[in-house]
Amino acid sequence: MDIIVCIKQVPDTTEVRINPETNTLIREGVPSIVNPFDENAIEAALQLKDLHGGKVTVVTMGPPQAAEALKTAIAMGADEAVLVSDRAFAGSDTWATSYTLSQAIKKLGKFDLILCGKQAIDGDTAQVGPGIAEWLGLPQVTFASKIEVEGNKCKVERLLEEVNEVVEAPLPVVITVVKQINTPRLPSLKGLMRAKKAEIKTLNAAEINGDPKNMGLNGSPTSVVKIFTPPARGGGEILGGEPAEIVDKLIAKIKDRKII
Amino acid sequence: MLDYLLTEEQIMIRDLARKVSLEKALPKRAEWDETGEFPWEALKAYAAADLCGLYIPEELGGMGQSVFNFCLATEQISRTCGGVGVTFAASALGSTPILLFGSPEQKKKYMPPIAAGKILAAFGLTEASAGSDAAGLETTAIKDGDYYIVNGTKQWITNGGEADTYTVIAMTDKKRGARGASAFIIEKGTPGFTFGKKENKMGIRCSATRELVFQDCKIHKGQLLGKEGLGFIVAMKTLDLTRPGIGAQAVGIAQVALDEALKYSRERIQFGKPIASLQAIQHILADMATQIEAARALVYATARMIDAGATDYTLPASEAKLFASDTAMKVTIDAIQVLGGYGYMKEYPVEKMARDAKITQIYEGTNQIQRNQIGLALIKELAATKK
Ligand SMILES: Cc1cc2nc3c(=O)[nH]c(=O)nc-3n(C[C@H](O)[C@H](O)[C@H](O)COP(=O)(O)OP(=O)(O)OC[C@H]3O[C@@H](n4cnc5c(N)ncnc54)[C@H](O)[C@@H]3O)c2cc1C
Repeated sequence: MDIIVCIKQVPDTTEVRINPETNTLIREGVPSIVNPFDENAIEAALQLKDLHGGKVTVVTMGPPQAAEALKTAIAMGADEAVLVSDRAFAGSDTWATSYTLSQAIKKLGKFDLILCGKQAIDGDTAQVGPGIAEWLGLPQVTFASKIEVEGNKCKVERLLEEVNEVVEAPLPVVITVVKQINTPRLPSLKGLMRAKKAEIKTLNAAEINGDPKNMGLNGSPTSVVKIFTPPARGGGEILGGEPAEIVDKLIAKIKDRKII
Repeated sequence: MLDYLLTEEQIMIRDLARKVSLEKALPKRAEWDETGEFPWEALKAYAAADLCGLYIPEELGGMGQSVFNFCLATEQISRTCGGVGVTFAASALGSTPILLFGSPEQKKKYMPPIAAGKILAAFGLTEASAGSDAAGLETTAIKDGDYYIVNGTKQWITNGGEADTYTVIAMTDKKRGARGASAFIIEKGTPGFTFGKKENKMGIRCSATRELVFQDCKIHKGQLLGKEGLGFIVAMKTLDLTRPGIGAQAVGIAQVALDEALKYSRERIQFGKPIASLQAIQHILADMATQIEAARALVYATARMIDAGATDYTLPASEAKLFASDTAMKVTIDAIQVLGGYGYMKEYPVEKMARDAKITQIYEGTNQIQRNQIGLALIKELAATKK
């Protein structure tokens, strides 16, 4: 079973601070990591490969340094890596990104499954996975917390807000995963050594037959107008004591504020 | 910090050992210290990361037979938890006799699963009345046709009960004294081989320390390592090779004590400023850092000398173990002093580090025994040059 995993390199948000004057992320000096949900997607792919055999190919669209993210995936156990990189892709929104990735995927030959993280922690759109499915004309299943493959079908459990839903889909299919699906493995020494030597295949705009209308800044119908941090919520107050006391205090407070 | 000019591969090993330790051992170390639960969870993670075979040649499933790389990993693992560190290192202690003296068949049978971290090894020399004086061994292995019958009890064996492969020193001919000892590979599950109680210890509490009990335990003569009579040579050559590993454990424990003391000294405010701004504290930290670096340099230099193919390294191996373990003891006690009363409390990790450090002065030959050995070597060297 051949699996393609789309991953993104993102700034480690646990290290990101916001410039209070400009309200933008301070990205300088912030280490880059593989988007955490994408690590879950890689792990899911590796587990399916352990069960069914086949090959795991990781794909990312990004600048040359995004090759590091691909190497992380190889160190975990991915077989092949493809970097889709070109100046023409700069400024892509989710429309252009999913178009570009889908054009690259068409170049990779036969596959049974495409896995993505449910969203990237920097943009939080959750649109690229579904976008790829649309561009490729494939079925899509989002928010997967469990994937079972049997023959040319898969059964996927979706983690929704109120309920879990089990759906079936034919292969090939695009699935996006939530973090509850697994715990990503750590790299191994052999994997790291393989990653160091690994050749990363690169595809540019011409090689994926990209249509400029759908690529980069000019091919992006949406643009970010403003990024800002909402004002922090003040700390609440916790009332202590016996339940009856707490109720009395609470009602007094509500009356104080003239809510009732 | 001193630049040890590590290769890219060595940096990978060091950073990977640290990463796995921080993710898999750090969250559990206080609990394991409290309960004494054996840290299988961490060991499985080191196995999955290919870190268990660093001292084993590739043809036996390892990553290249390097004492230095093994020390790098052991240091980082011990920097998170001394108990996990010794558990990791004791498997090398238990399997080194096979690497050094095993026949090709013995090596092929026993080393690959140890290299893969699927099973652990342990080394059984010490007995109740034979500690520093190993010549007092009472465990016997009496030849009976194609078999040996083993009787006796080994005491305080690290990884006892958890390991699958044991190298055990027993007397095959008591009349011949030190030349009457032999080394054997004994598998867990062999009839007549059981385990005594798990010891309740001061430190390295998650490591398993147990008795190995042999009652008419019958093993095939193919389990003999090397030849009859080589038992003490096997033990001494093994310990020469693994002592830098004890040094690495000690350096790791000492380093984390400094890490904690340094961090705390910048956070703790007394008299209106962080205690790190007090010269008295800075001097303690400076001494700690200097002593740790000296210990690390000695351990690394010894390991590199061994890897470069040196044949006689008894002296530096003893010096590395001695100096690093004395440093770990001093530095961990100093760390408690920097943290004051907080350092004495179990909510802070440094008291555990001092408890863990103590064993490095005792096992694989007490530091008095190391000093004896170093002193003797010095005199021999002088005598040799006078001739
Ligand atoms: C937690 C733990 C794990 C261990 N793991 C293992 C293991 O895996 N395998 C194994 O075989 N053993 C193991 N040991 C045993 C360990 O190696 C011995 O404890 C050690 O060699 C010292 O022996 P002893 O405790 O009997 O002390 P003793 O030999 O009784 O020594 C007592 C004191 O006398 C001093 N002394 C003794 N003889 C001399 C001398 N000639 N000159 C100067 N001073 C001397 C010692 O330095 C020490 O201070 C372990 C011990 C512990 C505590």
